Amino acid sequence: MSDKAKSIKETSRRQFLADGAKAACGAALLGVAAGFGASQVGASSQVFVRPPGAGLDSDFLASCLRCGQCVRACPHDALNVAGLFSRTATGTPYFQPRQVACEMCEDLPCVKACPSGALDPELTDVTKARMGLAVLIDQETCLNYLGLRCGVCYRSCPQIDKALTLDAQHNQRSGKHTLFLPKVHSEHCTGCGKCEHSCVLEVPAIKVLPRDLAKGELGHHYRLGWEEKAKKGESLIPEAFDMPDRMPEVILPTLPEVKP
Amino acid sequence: MKLSRRKFIKANAIAATAVAAGISLPEAAALAQEGDQNIRWDKAPCRFCGTGCSVLVGTKDGRVVATQGDPDAPVNRGLNCIKGYFLSKIMYGKDRLKTPLLRKKNGKYDKEGDFTAVSWDEALDTMATKFKEAIKTKGPTSVGMFGSGQWTVFEGYAASKLMKAGLRTNNLDPNARHCMASAVAGFMRTFGSDEPMGCYDDLEHADGFVLWGSNMAEMHPILWSRLTDRRLTAPHVKVAVLSTFENRNFELADLGIVFKPQTDLVILNYIANYIIENKAVNTDFVGKHVNFKKGNTDIGYGLRPEDEREKNAVNASKAGGSVDITFDEYKQFVAEYTLDKTHEMTGVPKEQLLELAKMYADPKRKIVSYWTMGFNQHTRGTWANNLVYNIHLLTGKISEPGNGPFSLTGQPSACGTAREVGTFAHRLPADLVVMNEAHRDFAEQVWKLPKGTIVDKPGFHAVLQNRMLKDGKLNAYWVMCNNNVQAAANLNEETLPGYRNPENFIVVSDPYPTVTALAADLILPTAMWTEKEGAYGNAERRSQFWRQQVDAPGEAKSDLWQMMEFAKRLKVEDVWPAELIAQKPEYRGKTLYDILYTNGQVNKYPKQKIVDGAGYEYKNSEMEHFGFYVHKGLYEEYRIFGLKGPKKGHELGTFDDYHRSRGLRWPVIDGKETLWRYREGYDPHVAKGSEVQFYGNKDNKANIFALPYEPPAESPDIEYNLWLCTGRVLEHWHSGSMTQRVPELYRAVPNAVLFMHPDDAAERGLRRGMPVKIASRRGEVTASVETRGRNKMPRGMVFLPWFDARRLANKLILDATCPISKETDYKKCAVKVERA
Repeated sequence: MSDKAKSIKETSRRQFLADGAKAACGAALLGVAAGFGASQVGASSQVFVRPPGAGLDSDFLASCLRCGQCVRACPHDALNVAGLFSRTATGTPYFQPRQVACEMCEDLPCVKACPSGALDPELTDVTKARMGLAVLIDQETCLNYLGLRCGVCYRSCPQIDKALTLDAQHNQRSGKHTLFLPKVHSEHCTGCGKCEHSCVLEVPAIKVLPRDLAKGELGHHYRLGWEEKAKKGESLIPEAFDMPDRMPEVILPTLPEVKP
Repeated sequence: MKLSRRKFIKANAIAATAVAAGISLPEAAALAQEGDQNIRWDKAPCRFCGTGCSVLVGTKDGRVVATQGDPDAPVNRGLNCIKGYFLSKIMYGKDRLKTPLLRKKNGKYDKEGDFTAVSWDEALDTMATKFKEAIKTKGPTSVGMFGSGQWTVFEGYAASKLMKAGLRTNNLDPNARHCMASAVAGFMRTFGSDEPMGCYDDLEHADGFVLWGSNMAEMHPILWSRLTDRRLTAPHVKVAVLSTFENRNFELADLGIVFKPQTDLVILNYIANYIIENKAVNTDFVGKHVNFKKGNTDIGYGLRPEDEREKNAVNASKAGGSVDITFDEYKQFVAEYTLDKTHEMTGVPKEQLLELAKMYADPKRKIVSYWTMGFNQHTRGTWANNLVYNIHLLTGKISEPGNGPFSLTGQPSACGTAREVGTFAHRLPADLVVMNEAHRDFAEQVWKLPKGTIVDKPGFHAVLQNRMLKDGKLNAYWVMCNNNVQAAANLNEETLPGYRNPENFIVVSDPYPTVTALAADLILPTAMWTEKEGAYGNAERRSQFWRQQVDAPGEAKSDLWQMMEFAKRLKVEDVWPAELIAQKPEYRGKTLYDILYTNGQVNKYPKQKIVDGAGYEYKNSEMEHFGFYVHKGLYEEYRIFGLKGPKKGHELGTFDDYHRSRGLRWPVIDGKETLWRYREGYDPHVAKGSEVQFYGNKDNKANIFALPYEPPAESPDIEYNLWLCTGRVLEHWHSGSMTQRVPELYRAVPNAVLFMHPDDAAERGLRRGMPVKIASRRGEVTASVETRGRNKMPRGMVFLPWFDARRLANKLILDATCPISKETDYKKCAVKVERA
């Protein structure tokens, strides 16, 4: 075994023991075992996806009463309560999409159950929820990038063709197939995590991240010309004209009709 | 570098630990990779659909540990769909059957007993007793077999011999009856020869594609990837998609058409009318190569004869009949399908109809039409097939690169096994049929049988088999390589009563305890995919062979082994009348095994070492057991049908050629494949100077059929007020018996959900995700409602996938069939949906 592998292995073992000891103490001293899910110990993710209507984590943490009502109200048992030694505030609700994704109930029982308004009562349309943002985080292992016809995340998306689309590109390697590349659209993605949950890889290539962590921001000094044109329905300078090109006077073969 | 087993496991364990901790660990990964050096790679076709992707199978220590798409395979160039990605896991479900199981009470077979592990001898002896008993009391029509388009070519051929020659019953039908029968009937009626004229190379040549009732995006994923690439790289290419709801094809569609169920017949006739009215008929082609016929109408729905709908149908007993007509009569016949009328009947906007018709009519645009179950699973499925041929024949857009109608097959060997080998109730190998005396004579000659061995009447087709089981007329029944209790329509009324009928003995061979296996009296554990040597034939006439890679678990045996061992237990005197035996006195006292499988042809090739180019040796369980190279013998005998049979154009290459190649498209003549049939230069059977010869028919001409619209067997009414369509999803194969056992695919799509228009849901007080009861006149199932997602339903129509064994979707379906092809219509019946 290489030194590096050894050190990593030992680190993880030490960490595991320490966690275990803390847990044992916590449970013994306080008698609180609930909420300390075994899943947290080995959780690879440091990310906490909150229920619909939670908004920015700082605001949410300030107003959440840690009462667990939303967790109890979730009909799909997607929500958990953060345990004592969790990396986030103890007693707050979160879910791990890889285990159970949010089913996006149209009647939002978790929001309705929230007594403090920490889950925004103004949220009545679940498609407006912004729990996080899906990010195709690993293009090297994503089967779609490799040319396979997977698209499992895409077809499992409740907002298919809005939040998640497939960008079709020519597969240069095979020469006659298509790469169907999943693309997340933050305008529509609720962060429900169905994509992360259903990804067929051993570790998902697509994951839900907090929106502030996931989202880039385009320079305010620049506009996308093609989008501006599409918005207006014509060129922004419609008066511009093009002079014809001089061509030799031979009859050229007719080109096939090109679709605009 | 050699890696010890322990070191390899250790390396993998490290990698796994690292993964669990969320750490990537290059060294560990590299170490795990080095284990690849001891993996043996060999080719095989994918186990799933009719596309026929080729994979390389990695075996190590007697287990398939990995697969990869074959980068040099012409169909898939190293790619797979998400089912193919998981091929290495399908054989290793925890509940693989490893021993025969017989229902027993107090140590004896009892129909009401519990499944008890028994030896192969006990299993096969019990079976033989039951089959002999049935034949003795009621004759050979009381025994039957239901096979598969997922059987290997060898298995299908061995089954055909066992049933049609050995047991002298034509009650042999494949599950392809539910899948491709209408395509077969369509091909035979129009061209006199089964299977497509074109091939997948059309995908790179066409200027337009029209998909009729084919959700290629999900069901033929790698072909869809090729079609999309053509559309992407040649901007003039146009894609039209027709369906009764918006499926995944609509992602790419330039022209996405949603029509009312059954009215595809109207659209097809409208296009023909448009072509004629706008003088787009290729008159030279039509004059030289086409006949016109008018088919019988009012042909019923293939229901039981006492059903009112059958009693009222004038031509129910002459469904396939037709008379000759002229072009002018045909022109007059389609004249009523005007744009206005078509728009009215189909609900499709006129602009869309016009655009579609223009695509076909444009002489400069090469068009390929694709279809699958939307056409085939249709009470007028044969007509729909005939009608699309009409369009291609009128315009002469056929049998050349980029031009042609192409029926896509669902199963990996629907073509290779079910059709080419002839496992249908009316067929013999290489397009021969049992009704034709010359064909029977030829088969009997090849098989060294006395004249009259093969019965001249077609046997019970799939739907009829279930009815006859229920009625107690079919009593000893063997189901192989399919899950028909889940697949067949109308489970409660027509399937289960027959399986549990006390008069019947039902045998099911399967690798897994499917619902069909659990409904049986005897379950036989079966070897699957690369646990045996095999051959599949895909939709483009490409036959692909593979070697046995690993052993089957426990006592599981291949279907081939099971049939041959069963044949050993039947004496010719048990099953043939004395007059027949008298013609061949040398057969006296012989078993069916002796007569069918050690006839000097099948056992011609002695036991031998199977070695690949790299020097790896392969086991062949059947060769080891029977003492000769069974697969080669069966294949070379079968090949005689194509080389010397009365129907030309079915020549196959040699057994060894196929093992060496990545598949060959028949007819294989003079060491060359055939890519486009019936066209001079491409097809060696076409005479010089004739351009095109549809040589399946004696006059070398194809038939254009005048066929009208007729309504479906059942339509929504006040109580059952929605259309139901059942079908598949990309992630699961058929009944899910393999893919639902792959944890990743299970997690991806664990349950079948009911796709429904949001307004239809709201009207019934239903919210997305709510459990609902879907009821037809034949039963009910519970599923949750999906108003978003991959399928966008129009008002009045719901879709339910049938892969989910906890929701037997097809029990809702009416067992109405196309009266010509006898294929069930799974795409339309009436249901109601309410809160569960």
